[in-house]
Amino acid sequence: MKKNILEVARVIRSKNSGPYELTLDILFKDRKWYELFKARNIVNEELISRLYKVPKEDILGIIWFEPVSAVKITLRRPCPSGSPGDTDIYGAQQHAPLLGIEFDEEESHGF
Amino acid sequence: MKEKKHPKDKKKKKAVKKESISAGHAAMAHALGTHGTEEVEGRRQRLLNAALDLARREPKELDHLFPDGFKVLSPTAILGYGFPPESFLRGIERNPHLIAVDGGSTDPGPFYLGSGKSFTNRAFVKRDLRFMLVEGLLRNIPVVIGTAGGSGALPHLTWCKEIILEIAQEEGLSFKLGIIPADIPKPIVLKALEEDALRPLPFVPPVNRRAIEESPYIVAQFGVEPIIEAHRKGCEVILCGRCFDPAVFAALPIMLGFDPGLALHMGKILECAAIAATPGSGADCVLGILKGESFILESLNPKRVFTSASTAAHTLYEKSDPYHLYGPGGMINLEQATFTELGDGRVEVRGSRFEPIQPYTVKLEGARPVGFRTVCLAGVRDPLMIEGIEVILEEVRAQVGSLMEKEGIKGTLYFHLYGKNGVMGSREPYPGKSHELGILIDAVGETQKDADTLCSVTRSTLLHYGYRGRIATAGNLAFPFSPSDTSMGEVYEFSLYHLMEIGSQRLFPLKIEQVEAKKGKGGKK
Repeated sequence: MKKNILEVARVIRSKNSGPYELTLDILFKDRKWYELFKARNIVNEELISRLYKVPKEDILGIIWFEPVSAVKITLRRPCPSGSPGDTDIYGAQQHAPLLGIEFDEEESHGF
Repeated sequence: MKEKKHPKDKKKKKAVKKESISAGHAAMAHALGTHGTEEVEGRRQRLLNAALDLARREPKELDHLFPDGFKVLSPTAILGYGFPPESFLRGIERNPHLIAVDGGSTDPGPFYLGSGKSFTNRAFVKRDLRFMLVEGLLRNIPVVIGTAGGSGALPHLTWCKEIILEIAQEEGLSFKLGIIPADIPKPIVLKALEEDALRPLPFVPPVNRRAIEESPYIVAQFGVEPIIEAHRKGCEVILCGRCFDPAVFAALPIMLGFDPGLALHMGKILECAAIAATPGSGADCVLGILKGESFILESLNPKRVFTSASTAAHTLYEKSDPYHLYGPGGMINLEQATFTELGDGRVEVRGSRFEPIQPYTVKLEGARPVGFRTVCLAGVRDPLMIEGIEVILEEVRAQVGSLMEKEGIKGTLYFHLYGKNGVMGSREPYPGKSHELGILIDAVGETQKDADTLCSVTRSTLLHYGYRGRIATAGNLAFPFSPSDTSMGEVYEFSLYHLMEIGSQRLFPLKIEQVEAKKGKGGKK
């Protein structure tokens, strides 16, 4: 049975981390989902690379943050904030691709 | 947002006496010791260069000196965002030892630093400052303002200072004002470039001499040290240029011997005021209470609370690494930080540590002009045009490009396609089609005239472009406005976002001015 990430996350957001980086946060509703996602490495470089159409070199890091059951992904911005051609100066509307993440609740199925 | 109450009304009602200094203030005066006196030069240098190595006090001693903790009032996330007067006055009633506010951010983009303008509204910056200055000065509470005018370069500092002086005259306030500019002279930056001593942050392209020379203002985020100097010299109001956001909250307690890790982490949360509470708000007041071995966060609006989740979640906000927050001279390490709910809407944080890093570096920020912009917004409802939009725009781009080339007009054309990929551009993963599109023609030229021409010719070409399969031959665009085009002025890009080693805090020279309210003007207006 596939589950959508919206069923297990309470916050999914994006924002600049300085003018050259975009940082994405997924905060899980409870520890259980955090543990499941972390143990099965559901949010990984391949997934992010595919969802955001970026090479892996553009992923600065994926950090699991236990105090609030969250995972943080930081990417290179497509262009620096506010440079000609930028589409989102604050980077606050770049989270939508994450909303499509689906996973199998049962371990045996894998992802 | 309507703000009815005014500090003056409050004054009349409650008639707060200036001499009613709390026990906490007496303790602070005792702890300050040398408050307001001149330091000897040697000691000053030691302080400036190694403020974070100041003799720290034992937690027990601090808890004895400040039995209710060292209380810091943060009125709003960014000066000028506003706050409910009730929340602010609730904070004042708690007898804070410090009122501090962050004034800036790079989030609104490079224009504001490059042009020397503020992204915050003057009327509301003045409104927020009036509360802070009137109540702070009345009660001998130091007021510290970080990253004046949004970007913290000299014109921003001057802008904010003018507002402060206006309030001083209107309210009859006299005080010692400390001003700390953050501008780094270009020869110093160029020398660092030559010596290969500028380190770009991740994804920042290398900087060259020209980019530095073309950047009107280059600032560095300073840390707590210059602010400590201003506190030491008895400044009652401290106006800072670009600085590390938490520094305005952390400088005074660090000077008094509190743990820098706790003080800076508390500052990191307070700089966003109630954003870290729940429900979050960038326009409401919070109180930070620093203790010997922890700090407590308290909402000053009963509608909000801090929870361990809201507080911990905030450490993720706008940062690439929630465990390690880098700043001037070191890093706040949160690996061992714990967040405990006290059961009354407050959260206690423990275990945050500051780790100094040598050599001492500061982050430089600069922006340079890259042209002028003219824009035109238009809608498309024709399904055939929407179907072929990408090809149509490329053909229009080519046609306009060749016209511009012949006329010697230099510029770059961007199309923002709302309803297709206006927000995510090439990263947009969904191929879905909308029944209508918003096209924002974004022309950037070398001069405003060039940008105007490029935008205008693109608009007229697109309006009547006979694309393949067209059935609606009267016009391709729906304009909401007449005139359809808007000249936006100068466009900037970030030119510097680099770490630079500094040998001395003298790059951030404190200037002290005595502000005297003219007689007979007090309370006027």
